[in-house]
Amino acid sequence: MLRKRVIPCLDVTAGRVVKGVQFVDLTDEGDPIELAQKYAEGGADEICFLDITASSDGRSTMLDVVRRAAQNVFVPLTVGGGVRTVEDMRATLRAGADKVAINSAALADPTLIDRCAAAFGKQCVVLAIDAKRTDVGWEVYSHGGRTPTGRDAVAWASDGAQRGAGELLVTSMDRDGTYDGYDLRLLRAIKAVVQVPVIASGGAGSIPDCVAAFDEAGADAVLAASIFHRDEITVATLKSGLAAAGVAVRQ
Amino acid sequence: MDHGAGNLVSAVRGLERSGAEVTVVTEAGGFAGADGLVLPGVGTTAAAMARLHRQDLVNAISEWEGPLLGICVGLQLFFETSAEDDTQCLGLIPGRVIKLDKAPLLPHIGWNDVELAADPIFEGLGTSDLFYFVHSYAPAPAVLGDIIGRSEYGSEFVAAARHGNRVGVQFHPERSGEAGLAVLNNFVQSCSEARRAA
Repeated sequence: MLRKRVIPCLDVTAGRVVKGVQFVDLTDEGDPIELAQKYAEGGADEICFLDITASSDGRSTMLDVVRRAAQNVFVPLTVGGGVRTVEDMRATLRAGADKVAINSAALADPTLIDRCAAAFGKQCVVLAIDAKRTDVGWEVYSHGGRTPTGRDAVAWASDGAQRGAGELLVTSMDRDGTYDGYDLRLLRAIKAVVQVPVIASGGAGSIPDCVAAFDEAGADAVLAASIFHRDEITVATLKSGLAAAGVAVRQ
Repeated sequence: MDHGAGNLVSAVRGLERSGAEVTVVTEAGGFAGADGLVLPGVGTTAAAMARLHRQDLVNAISEWEGPLLGICVGLQLFFETSAEDDTQCLGLIPGRVIKLDKAPLLPHIGWNDVELAADPIFEGLGTSDLFYFVHSYAPAPAVLGDIIGRSEYGSEFVAAARHGNRVGVQFHPERSGEAGLAVLNNFVQSCSEARRAA
């Protein structure tokens, strides 16, 4: 049986892991390779690296992190942040990423999704969506949550999957780093319109939060950062908790 | 073989961890002196076949008689045709590559159980283990005896196949933790044995 996945996420800038609350107030959380190895040994099903450096100068630093991670961590790596072109995606895959997440550049030109899927196959194209609740639904933000786009998150998810995104990484900006639990309504709304796996992100604070993402929102994977970095919940503890709650996970 | 596949770095590292001395080759001349060949693969079969043709590797791979390991799309290339873009593949193993039509969601992404046949590539593993998959297509060998691993996602599909010295896995051993490293290690062992026998 296909297992539900637990994915620790490492936000990386200048070669270090950092974490913020609602996309701001960053603190240093450690070395990306050391953390990735620790998580993989603890049973992480994948590792996600997001390059949160706003400018393009950091690209080579990030690719070096990916290269070192690929050589030392034997679980899949999803890498995102700053991927603007098919060539950027190629370089990221060549550095050792298994999947590449695209976000702002796809919002600026949605055909980037089609082109990346045509070049590398849908299975390695992840569309990352940063969504913020509005009175009527959820709005997509670009550029690391700084720029509102006016796009509806559910419509964008559907469009992205049709264009060739093989997976959606859905982050609730309202919940990011808050430990208040995933935005289950957002996840359910997106799950209802797409036929590709959905990764829940933003707000994980406890084992029940993750159980709810799977059982109540139908997520295929949960992504979390803060709870793992500070050892509040280890990957192994989370997975045994999920198994105890009846979620099929790899232990 | 480097034909532009994305998983090259991790496949190389996994093989090195198993004690192999790995040379990345882009042309057939590089096969000289090798004990085994590995055809990795991430991406589309059409793109991979186009690159193999461009690099003049198609005949060289077909003529290679030693141990040959295909990973993911690399395994799919071993068959005659693929339903993905109706691609003509290498035809090293009878059969074709089909879409996972009954899958609840595509692509099939994540860790899934594989029932393992008693094959040297699975030496040291039990009758079943978990491996990491990322794909929408899988092989359908014409000869049932070529199937050495089966998995299930909506319906049963072939997760590993062997035809003589040609062996391949639909999952990513280089990304499947210790069980995956065991598969790579067994392939490296088979290369050492082939060398001793030669």
